[in-house]
Amino acid sequence: MTLLETQNLTAHYGDFQALFGVDIRLEAGQTIAIIGANGAGKTTLMRSIAGVLRNAPGMIRYDGTAIGALPADEVMAMGVSMVPEGRKLFPSLSVEENLLVGTYGRKIVGHWSLDTVYRLFPILREKRHVPGTALSGGQQQMVAIGRALMSNPRVLLCDEISLGLAPVVIRDIYAALPEIQSSGASVIVVEQDIGQAMKVASTVYCMMEGRVTLSGAPGTLSRGAIHAAYFGAHA
Amino acid sequence: MYRVQTRTKASQIAGLLALGLVIVGIILPAFASRTMIQDLFFILSMLTLAQFWNLLAGYGGLVSVGQQAFVGLGAYAMFGGVILLGWDPVPALILSGLVAVVIAVPTAFFTFRLQGAYFAIGTWVVAEVVRLSLATWKTLGGGTGTSLPRTASDFWGTAQVAALFDVRAAAARDIVTYWLALTLAVATIGGIYALLRSRRGLALAALRDNFDAAKSVGVDATRMKWLVFLVAAFGTGIAGGLIYLQKSRISPDAAFSVTDWTAYVIFIVVIGGIGTIEGPIIGVLVFWLLQSTLADFGSWYLMILGGLGIVVMLFAPRGLWGFVSDRTGVQLFPIRRRLIVTKGE
Amino acid sequence: MIWLDTIVQGILLGGLYALFAAGLSLVFGIMRLVNLAHGDLIVMGAYLILTIVSVLGINPFLAALIAMPIMFALGWLLQRVVLNRVLGPDILPPLLVTFGLSIVLQNALLEGFSADSQRIGAGLLETASWNLGPVTVGIMPVLTFASAILVIVGLNQLFYRTSLGRAFRATSDDPVTASLMGIKPAGVFAMATGIAMIVVTIAALYLGMRANFDPTIGPARLIYAFEAVIIGGLGSLWGTLAGGIIIGVAQTLGAAVSPEWQILAGHVAFLVVLLIKPRGLFPRAYD
Repeated sequence: MTLLETQNLTAHYGDFQALFGVDIRLEAGQTIAIIGANGAGKTTLMRSIAGVLRNAPGMIRYDGTAIGALPADEVMAMGVSMVPEGRKLFPSLSVEENLLVGTYGRKIVGHWSLDTVYRLFPILREKRHVPGTALSGGQQQMVAIGRALMSNPRVLLCDEISLGLAPVVIRDIYAALPEIQSSGASVIVVEQDIGQAMKVASTVYCMMEGRVTLSGAPGTLSRGAIHAAYFGAHA
Repeated sequence: MYRVQTRTKASQIAGLLALGLVIVGIILPAFASRTMIQDLFFILSMLTLAQFWNLLAGYGGLVSVGQQAFVGLGAYAMFGGVILLGWDPVPALILSGLVAVVIAVPTAFFTFRLQGAYFAIGTWVVAEVVRLSLATWKTLGGGTGTSLPRTASDFWGTAQVAALFDVRAAAARDIVTYWLALTLAVATIGGIYALLRSRRGLALAALRDNFDAAKSVGVDATRMKWLVFLVAAFGTGIAGGLIYLQKSRISPDAAFSVTDWTAYVIFIVVIGGIGTIEGPIIGVLVFWLLQSTLADFGSWYLMILGGLGIVVMLFAPRGLWGFVSDRTGVQLFPIRRRLIVTKGE
Repeated sequence: MIWLDTIVQGILLGGLYALFAAGLSLVFGIMRLVNLAHGDLIVMGAYLILTIVSVLGINPFLAALIAMPIMFALGWLLQRVVLNRVLGPDILPPLLVTFGLSIVLQNALLEGFSADSQRIGAGLLETASWNLGPVTVGIMPVLTFASAILVIVGLNQLFYRTSLGRAFRATSDDPVTASLMGIKPAGVFAMATGIAMIVVTIAALYLGMRANFDPTIGPARLIYAFEAVIIGGLGSLWGTLAGGIIIGVAQTLGAAVSPEWQILAGHVAFLVVLLIKPRGLFPRAYD
C-alpha cells in the first residue's frame, strides 16, 4: 500500500524554483533514501512534505489524503514527523523537555514514549536535565530523532542526520533504524553519503537540480549511473 | 554599455511642477487670506516633521516615538534665546537646531543600546526626562509655561512685511513664519532627496534592505544611524522652534506632546507611505483634510486616525503612495538607480 | 527613620511596576513583540473592573475575577485577528499597529468614560495599615507586592512545569521547528497574549484601587513597565521585579526630595542602569 507520494511536486522560494515535478513514493513499512549533492532540492522536498513549504494540495498525498497545502502542525498531527536538517533543538529546553515537545497537545499511543526513547539512546537518560544544545553533535541528533519519534509517527522524515558527524557516531545512530522500522514507522532518509543510503533503503531516489534523475532498488543501480545522476557527469 | 540613471520622465515633470508650486507659495501671501496662510503654516511644519521622522524610521530603521523631545527642545531653545539672551526669535531658531543636536548626542548614546523595538520606548523615556527637567526650570515658566515677551513680537521682517502688504502686525507675523516654514519644508525635502541620492543614501538604502549584506560590503551601520539621528534632531528642533514662534506661547506638556508631535507625524507618514518622500506629502494632505472635517469630533477624530493607521499598516503597509506607485510605476522623487542599456561597441 | 520608611514604600511600589511589566515581558519573551498599547490596556482593564463593580455592586477583587476571562478573550482575539498578521523580522509594522491601538484605546476610553479621574473603591482596605515599629506599611501596597510575587511564581510554574510553557519556550526559540512538532505558533501567540491580559487585569485592579486614574495615564505605565523589564534583563521575571523595585525606590526617594522629582528620578535610575549594565541586571545567557 502506498503511504505517501508526491506527484509532479514543484516548489519555489520567491522567484527561484527549487523543485521541478518530483515524483517519489513510499510504501507502508518501507525505508527509502533520497540522495544528491548540495542544492539538489532534497531538503526542499522534505520541507514540502512536512508542510513548512506549502504547495498545491494534490502534489502530496498521504494515506489517501491530499496534504500538499496543509501547514506543518496539521501534517504532523496526521502522523508525518520530521527530524530537521541541522537538528534544530530548542536551546531553552532541556533534553527531556525537547523530547516532550514532540508530544505537544496529544496523547502518546504506540511504542514510543520517554522510556522507550531512553532505552533506544541510553545516554539521553543520563543527560535528560541538561540543555539540549549543551550535548555533542551526535547526542543532539539522538534528541532530534527521539523528539520526532515521541508522537509515534507513521512516516519519519530524516533530513541529513549524518551531516557533520564522525563515522562511528553515524553508525551508532543508524543502529537505531531497525527498531524504528519495527515500531511501524516508514522512513525517508535524506543522505549525502551514498553508501549509507544504499545500506538502509529498499528504494533510492537520486536528485539533481530539483529533479529526480535516477531511482530504483540499490542492487539494480550501477555506480556509473549513480555517478551520472548525482553529479550530472557523462559517464 | 550601461549607464546609471535615476531620473525619470515623471520626476522631471514633478520637478518643474514643484518649482512652480514653490514660486506660487512664495507670492501667495499677496492674495491669500490669513486663515489660509495659517493652515499652510500648519501643513508645512507638519510636513517637515513627517519628512524627518520618515528619514529616521523609513530609511534609517530607527522607529522613534520620542521625536517630541526635539520639537520641545527646539521650542524651548528659541524661547531661551529670546528670554535669557535677548536674541531676536528668528536667528534664535538656529539655537533650536543646535540645542536639539546637542541633546541628541547623549540620547543616541543611550537609546542605541536598546535593541529594535525597545529603542522606540527608549526615545520616549528620554523625551519624558527632557520634559520633566524643563518643567523644573522656573525662568522658562516651569510646569505652567510662558509666553514670548512683547518686545520679541516684532521679530525680523515683520515690520517690512506689514508695510509691503499693508497688514496688521499679527498678520505680518503669520506671513513671516509661513515663509520660514516654506523655506524649511523645501530645504528639508531637497536636503533629504539629495542625501538619499548621494553615496550615503545608497548605503542607507542598502542597510534598510539587507542589514547583514550591507555591513559585509563595508557600510558602517552605526555611523549611518548616528548621521540620520542627528540630522533628524536638527531639523525637528528647528521645526519645533518655528512652530512655537508662531504659537508664541509654550508649556512643557504642549511642547513635548507625544500626540501632537509624534502620533500625528507617524500617522501622516504611515498613511501616506513610509520609506518614500512622496508619502509624507500625500499623508499631510490627507491628515489636514481629516482634521479640518473631523476636528470638532475630538476623540472620535483621533480614534479614526489611529484606526486608519492600523488598517493601512495591515492591508497596505506601503501606504497610499505605495498603493499608487505599485500600480502606476510613477516615482516623483526617484532614488533608485536604474541600469540603462545603451548601444555601444 | 524617614529614609527607611521611604525605601520600604518604594520597594512596595516596585511590586505595582512589576505587575505592569510582567505582561509586557511575557509577550516580548515569546514573540519579540513590543506592545506600545500595553499601558492603555491596563487602563482599559481598570475601567472594565470599575464598570463591573458599579453595575453588579460587588467587591473589586470579585469583579477582577469576572474581568479576567473577558480580558483573556480580548487579548486572544487581538493577537489572532491583528497582531499575528504583523509579526515578522520587520519591527516597524507591530510597533506602528500597537501605537495606533494605543491612540484608539485612549480616545475610546475618553469618549466612553470622559476625562474625569476615577477610582475603584476598596473600602477600608484603602486606608488600612500595619505598624511595624519603625515603618508603617499600607495593607494595599503589601497586597500589591504579594500579588506581584504570586504572579511571577505562577508564570514561572506555567513556563517550566507545563506543556503549554514548553510550547511557549519552544516557539520563542524557533517557531518553524515548533510547528514541525505539531505546535501552531499563531495559537501559541494568541494564548500568550490572552495570559498576558490576565496579568494586565491584576495590574489594573491595583492601579485602580490605589490611586485615581483617567484615560490618558496609560503611556506612563507603559514606560514604567518597560524600564522595569530593561533593568531586570530581558526574559527574567524575577529581574523584572528587581527592576520594578529600583524604579519604585528611586521614585519615592525623588519624591522625598521634591514632588516634581518623583517621576524624573525613576527615569534617571533607568538611564543609569542602562549606562552601567546595558543588558540589564539579570540578562539571559542567549537570545
